[in-house]
Amino acid sequence: MDKSLNWREFIITRAVRACGYSAILFVGLIFFFLLREGLPTLGEIPLGDLFSARWYPVEKYYGILPLISGSLIVTVGAMLVAVPFGIGTAVFMSEVAPRWLREILKPLVELLGGLPSVVLGFLGILGLSPFLRVFLDLPTGLTALAGALLLGGIAVPTIVSIAEDALDAVPQSYREGALALGATRWQTIWRVTLPAARSGVLTAVMLGVGRAIGETMAVMMVTGNAPVLATRWNSLFMPARTMTATIAAEMGEVASGSTHYHVLFFIGLVLFLISLAVNVAASTFVFCQKKRAERVLS
Amino acid sequence: MKRLALFALLLFLLSACSPSATSSSSQPQTTAYIENKGSDTIVNLALAWAERYQSEHPAVRISVTGGGSGTGIAALINGTVDLANASRQIKKEELQEAQAKGINPIEQTIARDAIAVIVHPDNPVSELTLQQIADIYSGKFNNWQEIGGEDRPIVRLSRETNSGTHVYFLETVLRLGDKNNKTLFATNTLLLPSSEGIINEIRQNLNAIGYDGLGYVPHDLKVIAIAKAAGASYVLPSVATVNDKSYPIARDLYMYTAGEATGVVAAYLEWILSPEAQAIVAKLGFVPISLTPVPSP
Repeated sequence: MDKSLNWREFIITRAVRACGYSAILFVGLIFFFLLREGLPTLGEIPLGDLFSARWYPVEKYYGILPLISGSLIVTVGAMLVAVPFGIGTAVFMSEVAPRWLREILKPLVELLGGLPSVVLGFLGILGLSPFLRVFLDLPTGLTALAGALLLGGIAVPTIVSIAEDALDAVPQSYREGALALGATRWQTIWRVTLPAARSGVLTAVMLGVGRAIGETMAVMMVTGNAPVLATRWNSLFMPARTMTATIAAEMGEVASGSTHYHVLFFIGLVLFLISLAVNVAASTFVFCQKKRAERVLS
Repeated sequence: MKRLALFALLLFLLSACSPSATSSSSQPQTTAYIENKGSDTIVNLALAWAERYQSEHPAVRISVTGGGSGTGIAALINGTVDLANASRQIKKEELQEAQAKGINPIEQTIARDAIAVIVHPDNPVSELTLQQIADIYSGKFNNWQEIGGEDRPIVRLSRETNSGTHVYFLETVLRLGDKNNKTLFATNTLLLPSSEGIINEIRQNLNAIGYDGLGYVPHDLKVIAIAKAAGASYVLPSVATVNDKSYPIARDLYMYTAGEATGVVAAYLEWILSPEAQAIVAKLGFVPISLTPVPSP
C-alpha cells in the first residue's frame, strides 16, 4: 500500500518535471532547427545582398529589409492601437465596472480572443480595407494600416484578459489605503493599482506583441504584401509585406534545400530573435523594477 | 494552402478508391496504374480528369501530384512517372538530359490557359497594348491619365511570386517574351495570395488593375482588350481568340510521355482530348483546345 503510493508519487513527480523541462527542450530544438536550416543563407548570399531593399525571390533578389520594416511597422501600429485600448478595457473591467457587467464582459472578451484570425481577415478584406480607402482617400485600402488595426483587434483580447487578471490580483487594501488618504478614484487607478500590477500588465503587453508579430493569415489578407521598404512616415498608409506573410506565402512552393528555402528559414530565425529580444527586454525591465521596490521596502 | 487542399483531395481519392480496389483484386482483371506529376497550374485539372476517368474505368488507377513543371519533367526523365504535366515546353537542357538517358519525350497539348487583364467596370480604359501593360506593371505609368483614363493612381495587383501565372506574366507581358529583358514588377505591386483577393479588390477599387486566369474572372468585371503592338487590333480573350492565337497572353498546357504512349496511358491521353474531358477543361476555367482529329482507335 505504502509502497505503491511511493511508486505513484515517483512517476507523477517525474512526469510533471518532464512536462516542465519539455518546454525548454522544444524551444531549444526549434532554435536548433531554425539555425540548421537558416544559417546556410549566410554562406549562399553576401550580407550586403541579404540586407538590401529588394525582395523578389523569382529573380534571386533576397533583400529582407522590406520584410523586417513591414513587420515592424505593422506591429508597432498594432501596439499603438491595442495597448491603450486593451489596458483601458482591463482597467474598466477590474476597477470601474460593476460586478455583474464584468461577469458578462470577461467571457465576451475571451470569446473574441478565440476568434480564428482568418475570420477577422475576411472582415478586414470586405469591411475594413474598403472603408479605409474611402475614408482616408487612399489608392487602395490594402495597407499596413489595415493590418495594424486588424492585429490591434487580435491583440486586444490577449492584453485585456491578462492585464485584468493582474489588476484583479492587486490586494484590495492598496485601493482602500489610497482612497483613505484622499486620492480620487482615478489617482488610485493610475498611481496605485496600475503600478502595483505592473509586471502582469507588462506581460500582457508582451504577449500582445508576440501575438501581433507572429500573426500571419489576417495580415497576409489585408496588407497587400508589396515588399516596399518603409522609409517615410506615410509608409503606414501604403502596402507592406511582413515576414510571417512571406514565409506563409512562399514556403509551400519552394524547393527544399534551395537558397530561397534557406532564406525563408533565416527570416524565421530573425523573427525568433526579435521575439526573444522583446521578451528579454521586458523581463529585465520587470526584474529591475522589482529590485528597486525591494530595496525601498528593506 | 494549395498543397494542403491537394493532399486532402488525394487522401479523399485514396479512401474513395480502396473499396473498389479490393473488389477488383478479387476479379481476374488487373489494375493498371498511371503516375501523373508536374505543373501546379494543371494539377486541379489533372485531378478532375483522373477522378472522372477512374469512375468510368475502374481498372485504371491514376495518381496525380503537383510540384511544378520542372519537377514533373525531371520525374519523367528519371522514369518515375508515366505522364508529366507542364505549363511550359520542355527546355533544351531537359531534352538533352532525357536523350542522354535514351528517353524521347513526346509532347501533347492538353488545354490552353488565357490570362485576362481586368479592371473595375467603371474604369473608362478598355484597350491596352502589351507594351502599355508592361509599363504599368514595371512602374513607368503611375496614373490612369497617362494611358487615357481618369486622373487616378494605378494600383497594381498580382498573384504571389510562387504562382506559375505570376512568372508567366512576368516573362510574356513585362518582358514581352524577351529573354534578355530584366524588367521586374514595381516594388509596390500588391502580391495577393489568391485569385479571390484580386477579384475582390478590383470589384471595389476603381484604381486597381489585375490579371487572372480567364475562367476565374466573374462577369461583373471589365476585361481589357489587348493588342500585341501599337497599331495592331485589340483582342478580347475568349475560347476562339485563344485558339486562333490572336489573343497574346495565352499559353498551351502540356503532358509529356517518355516515348510514344502505349496501353492505358495512350488510352487516357486520347480520352483527355475527347469532348467529355475538354468539357471539364472549360468548367475549370481553362480554354479547351479546338479538337484536332483524334486518331481513331
